[in-house]
Amino acid sequence: MLCNVCNKNTATVHLTEIIKDKIVELHICQNCAKVKTQELTNELTKTQKKEDSLKCSFCGLTYAEFVRKCRLGCRGCYGIFKMELIHLLEKVHGSHRYAGKSPVSISPESAGQIEIEELKVKMAQVVSRENYEEAAGLRDKIEKLKSKGN
Amino acid sequence: MFEDFLTNQESWLNYEGDAGDIVFSSRVRLARNFSQYPFPFRASKSKKESVLAKMKEVYCTVDALKESIFVQMQDLNDLDRQFLLERHLISKEHLSSLGGKGLIVSKDERIAIMINEEDHLRMQMLTFGFDLEQCWRKLDDVDTQLSRKIDFAFMPDLGYLTVCPTNLGTAMRVSCMLRLPALVLTKRINKILELLAKISFTVRGLFGEGTAAYGDLFQISNQVCLGIPEREVIENLSAVVNQIREQEIEARQALLKKQKLEVEDGVWRALGILRNCRLINTKEALSHLSMLSLGLDLGIIKNIVESDGPAENSGQADRARLSNLFMIIQPAHLQKIEGKMLKEKERDYIRAGIIRERLK
Repeated sequence: MLCNVCNKNTATVHLTEIIKDKIVELHICQNCAKVKTQELTNELTKTQKKEDSLKCSFCGLTYAEFVRKCRLGCRGCYGIFKMELIHLLEKVHGSHRYAGKSPVSISPESAGQIEIEELKVKMAQVVSRENYEEAAGLRDKIEKLKSKGN
Repeated sequence: MFEDFLTNQESWLNYEGDAGDIVFSSRVRLARNFSQYPFPFRASKSKKESVLAKMKEVYCTVDALKESIFVQMQDLNDLDRQFLLERHLISKEHLSSLGGKGLIVSKDERIAIMINEEDHLRMQMLTFGFDLEQCWRKLDDVDTQLSRKIDFAFMPDLGYLTVCPTNLGTAMRVSCMLRLPALVLTKRINKILELLAKISFTVRGLFGEGTAAYGDLFQISNQVCLGIPEREVIENLSAVVNQIREQEIEARQALLKKQKLEVEDGVWRALGILRNCRLINTKEALSHLSMLSLGLDLGIIKNIVESDGPAENSGQADRARLSNLFMIIQPAHLQKIEGKMLKEKERDYIRAGIIRERLK
């Protein structure tokens, strides 16, 4: 069997990948396998660097500390680590949508303001990952909320 | 300090009124944090003191807290702190790393707010018997009034923000303390505990974990507090408590049918020991008190203490007296009553004396 990638050498390495919920089987040669391994290592390092650099600017809690102790340090942490939290919440509570009372001091206007701030944080994270399509979507959401507030 | 707690007739713990039968007490607890300060484990000493100062400023604007006391944990001695723990007004966590920790307690001891425990505020309301509804209504009112003065950390889609994600959302823990002597005697208790764990309720003994429950007392509380409204948290626990109550009643009937003599013997022996012993430790005392309570509930003993009132009230008075004994035989309570520190043997001696006095 010839290598699926270069179509030149004999395939000696058999790889199974899951891409967007689909199982894909790859049969590749030694050289292409080396290149593939390097790609995977780079991706993992990038993710690790992103997680290491996540830090709450208000109380200084890092992502690593949050994961290790499973505790949040302040209001700001909930904005920064929200995406990482959602998965954990579903495990613990079976849900991540709040259904209870609101504090009297939270008016609909200030609730909207908080949402805008959080979307801004999310947008910055997404831009740092060069996911400009998602960033544009978030920017549009922010504009919508701002015009609602006015 | 706190000596007047022991004699305060308004305190629910001294009140010889409607002591619960199977459901001994109910509790609702809310966790809240300030938006503008780091949570306690990330906060500096001065930030914690700012939280204390703010609470000191605002607590008396809340109706239910107008006649409360406000203390800083580091200003109390060991005995007083232990005393508060025995009265269920603080948690074990509030006994260590005392810097910046405070406590507000209402005059009737039903409402207590720990400051800078795991979260900035841990508020609770306690009451006799099975009344989660009242606990929630009153505590909700305190929470609402405080939220007019304090900016609580909150996000509309996640709810009230807490240090630990397991508390997030309503940040509400609802629990009942149940007396289950028949389920323990018939050995049905283990199955119940297993079932509870499966449906996300936690169970703890009064002073220990799992089945090492002193005085046959078990505290059952919810685990889930996100994704459902407060009312549903209460309804869910109430439904579970009602089911366990029915199981306990069934187990008591089974005892009367199949082991009547053994139970009678156990009850009368318990009364004999309690009325005559000269030395007794907490664990043994609680065990006999629980047996005695069961005896009253099953009609094996008609009345323990002579009362001047009508006969139908004497059972109630006896039950309340026993409930009160559950509280005051604890180590710090005894030392508070005597007004001095006591060694273990001295406590066992005093305990026996107080029990004989109250049950003669």
